[in-house]
Amino acid sequence: MDIGGDHPKLGVQALTVGYGKRAVQQDLSFEVKPGSIFAIMGGSGCGKSTVLKALIGLLRPSAGTICVNGEDYWAGSEQHRADLGRRFGVLFQSGALWSSMSVAENVALPLRMFTPLDNASIDALVRLKLSLVGLPSDGARMPAELSGGMRKRAGLARALSLDPEILFFDEPSAGLDPGSAARLDDLILELRDGFNTTVVLVSHELPSLFTICDDGVFLDAETRTAIAHGSPKAMRDDCKHPVVHAFMNREGSRGSNQTKGDADGSG
Amino acid sequence: MVVLSGDWIVRQTGIEASAAERLLTTRSASTLSFEAAQLGRWDSALIVFLWALRAQAAKCGVAFDQAGLPPSARQLLALAPVDVVPVAVPTAHQRLPERVGRQAIAGWSEMVEVLALVGESILCVVPVLRGRAGMRRSDVLDCAWEAGIAALPIVTVVNVLVGGILAFVGAVQLRRFGASIYVANLVGVAVVREMAALMTAIIMSGRTGGAYAAHIATMQGNEEIDALRVVGIPVYDYLILPRVVALTSMMPILYLYGCAVGIFGGFVVAVAMFDLGAATFIEQTRSAVNGYQFLFGLTKSIVFGAVVAFAGCRVGLRAGRSAADVGRAATTAVVIGIVSVIALDALFAVCANALDI
Ligand SMILES: Nc1ncnc2c1ncn2[C@@H]1O[C@H](COP(=O)(O)OP(=O)(O)O)[C@@H](O)[C@H]1O
Ligand SMILES: [Mg+2]
Repeated sequence: MDIGGDHPKLGVQALTVGYGKRAVQQDLSFEVKPGSIFAIMGGSGCGKSTVLKALIGLLRPSAGTICVNGEDYWAGSEQHRADLGRRFGVLFQSGALWSSMSVAENVALPLRMFTPLDNASIDALVRLKLSLVGLPSDGARMPAELSGGMRKRAGLARALSLDPEILFFDEPSAGLDPGSAARLDDLILELRDGFNTTVVLVSHELPSLFTICDDGVFLDAETRTAIAHGSPKAMRDDCKHPVVHAFMNREGSRGSNQTKGDADGSG
Repeated sequence: MVVLSGDWIVRQTGIEASAAERLLTTRSASTLSFEAAQLGRWDSALIVFLWALRAQAAKCGVAFDQAGLPPSARQLLALAPVDVVPVAVPTAHQRLPERVGRQAIAGWSEMVEVLALVGESILCVVPVLRGRAGMRRSDVLDCAWEAGIAALPIVTVVNVLVGGILAFVGAVQLRRFGASIYVANLVGVAVVREMAALMTAIIMSGRTGGAYAAHIATMQGNEEIDALRVVGIPVYDYLILPRVVALTSMMPILYLYGCAVGIFGGFVVAVAMFDLGAATFIEQTRSAVNGYQFLFGLTKSIVFGAVVAFAGCRVGLRAGRSAADVGRAATTAVVIGIVSVIALDALFAVCANALDI
């Protein structure tokens, strides 16, 4: 599946993102290797979701480049960006299912729009994706009838519908109970191993960061830039930066941060 | 040395923040220390007092020794920033001219924005209607049902009543000249040229324009629109076009229906209350209303439908992402819809007059 040769899957250089004139994060550089699970970490409000928006094409960076398989993502036309973007799958913080369609239609819509498949093949694919995320019999239900965890799973099935090369997650376990969150972590690992997908996830959930991420970047709200690079485990054990050290060695188990994740609703 | 004693409970004793100031200005000391042995129950009231005292002490260069305080109070105090003085913010009591001025400025900028939106909506209707149909037929049908059949009851009620009111007001006046028979002309022309199209458009902007705005704003808040953009599904084709098409095609039908029930309302009032013959009424109506007038009303209703739908969608897309924004979007869409429909109607009237239609 890797067609980028020796390019990183995602290369970010001197990236500055913000709203209007206000920069939220400045001068970020990092690389995401193919097949890795990469974490964007940092406290609430430091700009993780904003960086993610630039990566998935929702917010034009004020400066810097983002390369997907070595191609400059923001340089080309909107059409070019949309073509590259079709290799992405995104799971939004709230699942973001299209509320006027059933779960199965949600998963099917990208396939209908962007593949020449007939209905039977689309049905088969939809059933596969829904089974992969553990919702084999919920295709006919409407998003409003699902619980928070199920909505995220359904959103994940939709993100998987076009067999993405890169999966983006915005706080996958925020708002989930510890059990569901752990199952979602396992699912992410299995999907990565199964499809050899590259995963970029935004999180401040320590347990899942330590369990699943190979690499990452730590964003700081004060200095508005990256203050540490590397795997979350390495950051916890070796990083001398006081902010990172305090963050990574916070007491408490999964759940201690749940309310924060919820409160930062706009995400 | 400050001796703290008794209870410090917000609800019972109030807050003594200003006492801190008096304490330090009336006495001169080099160190502030505390004695809390007689301190009773306390809550935020005490902390606010101590906080103010600490800020005041910092300002006057007096050392603040918190060793005598209860440990929990010391902890809370450590959480509060040192440099902010917690005096009660004087309530922003604006003078009348200031308030009026502010309101006027806010109102003006809102109006400018509304006008910009109306203009934008009108300009955008054409390319969207010409745009390729990347929309799903089922969406259009859903929207059409919602904007058409489901709106029939209220369209009926309002138009019947408007027709009846026209007949009543007209008949009372015309009877004085012995010209009651022309009430049929009055009702027919007014309903077909103006009222059916206008009232239906106003109803639809309250009913459907507001609903479109609220729905799209909710989708915005749920990141559903972001999800569409990421996959590369064009938001205009997918969300806006079905709605504009549905309302624009339903509106003329509702207009014709509105004409029928409006004239019927006038008929009932004229026949039942003013003893006009049924046959006379129908004959007079037939002579007063011609095809051009229907065409005029029909054209207006199509334009109104497009504008209302477009304004609703635009407002929804522009909305912020909180729950309050959804309500605000709905209200704004209704206001914009009604204002632009009435303004356009006036424009149509002027044009019709100039063209002598
Ligand atoms: N749409 C927006 N417009 C303006 N500012 C925003 C918007 N969304 C987020 N922000 C601001 O950008 C900063 C970073 O937000 P965000 O990326 O959501 O943080 P995180 O996801 O790390 O919690 C915050 O200060 C927030 O107030
Ligand atoms: Mg966020």
